[in-house]
Amino acid sequence: MSTHPTTPAQTVGPYLHIGLPWPDGPYAVAEGAPGAVWIRGTVYDGAGEPVTDALVETWQADPQGRFDHPDDPRGARSHPGFRAFGRCPTGADGGYGILTLKPGTVPGPHGDQAPHIDVSLFARGMLHRVVTRLYFPEEEAANAADPVLNSIGDPDARATLVAGAAPDGYRFDIRIQGDGETVFFDV
Amino acid sequence: MPTAPDAASAPSGLYVPGYVRDHDTHPPLDHPGYRSTALRHPRRPPTLLPHTLTEITAPVLGEDRVGEHDHDLTRGHDGEPQGQRIIVHGQVRDSGGAAVPHTLVEVWQANAAGRYRHTGDNWPAPLDPHFTGVGRAMTDAEGRYRFVTVRPGAYPWRNHRNAWRPAHIHFSLFGRAFTQRLVTQMYFPDDPLFFQDPMWNSVPDPRARERMLARYDHDATRPEWALAYRWDIVLRGREQTPFESDEEILEDDE
Repeated sequence: MSTHPTTPAQTVGPYLHIGLPWPDGPYAVAEGAPGAVWIRGTVYDGAGEPVTDALVETWQADPQGRFDHPDDPRGARSHPGFRAFGRCPTGADGGYGILTLKPGTVPGPHGDQAPHIDVSLFARGMLHRVVTRLYFPEEEAANAADPVLNSIGDPDARATLVAGAAPDGYRFDIRIQGDGETVFFDV
Repeated sequence: MPTAPDAASAPSGLYVPGYVRDHDTHPPLDHPGYRSTALRHPRRPPTLLPHTLTEITAPVLGEDRVGEHDHDLTRGHDGEPQGQRIIVHGQVRDSGGAAVPHTLVEVWQANAAGRYRHTGDNWPAPLDPHFTGVGRAMTDAEGRYRFVTVRPGAYPWRNHRNAWRPAHIHFSLFGRAFTQRLVTQMYFPDDPLFFQDPMWNSVPDPRARERMLARYDHDATRPEWALAYRWDIVLRGREQTPFESDEEILEDDE
């Protein structure tokens, strides 16, 4: 299958802001859309300092757990007004924000997965992206049964993937290294 | 492929074939030669994520993301930018050899003097009023892309004594799956600065480094107008499904 070896990744570098942010990037859904929630957080480095030159990207199912994509064997289905993809650079305070809809349950190989968002983090000083997942704090039963969450033995580590509640949505900080280090995935 | 809505509620779960993992290709996140990695690499080993629907899908971005002239970085200003005009083109394929059509390719780069139009870039090289350094293109039905730009200059940075980045163009690709997302850099052949560049040398396998290198393409060079460079990009391919393997065995029996 791997007849053609892949192209290596390289860092986005310090000037990622020229090429990657989109004016509508943070808006996976329009402001004021029913059910819209903000996911906000801060990215921290191993010294606990905010990372001001990072980019956060999100990818997720729609509220019914569907994807507008031909490789979904259930069929592609679009959710009008919803892009399912968000992209936001971190600001001078290391913060990012993405306005989206809460995803529905997504089937997995061993039954349903709890609602989740795949999160990519790119930054100066990172030679390739790292990937994590965001889960929802009010989904206690679904989270407890989720095979991916359950593959993480340490409860403190597992807890890094569950967002906190916020007045207009959720809070999801990403700690690249050290105390409270976020769980990252080999994708 | 089954499209019946009932397929969604199969109680036994939904298995989808994943994408080939290509760890050997990529640089490590902890690379002391690139000093900024010190506080920006996770210490805990990554957890294996099985590829589910979320990982085998990605945004299907349409032509509406790309303006008519977005592939031409020499346009959109009052005049032409300084420097050597070049064509950069190539094909995006997956590791199985299949073209990756209709996918977004984003590029950004320094100008011919090696300076980025960015508030954080203040070294004493001139900005060019006619160059922003940002481009976008969609691959065509065969996975081909094409940009017109100027050759970027090398520039100094403070990673080590007398540190200079080799000339490069940043590339960002989506592919058709979350697993295929790639941000990388394209380099030019015969650059004398590779020996001291920690980014280039962070890729462990020297053969893999060569895959970041464009080659001069005389056939695509346009007479009396622009030199051409060709750079093909390979994203991860799909794993074969057990179903497909069974089918092949049956075919062999016939």
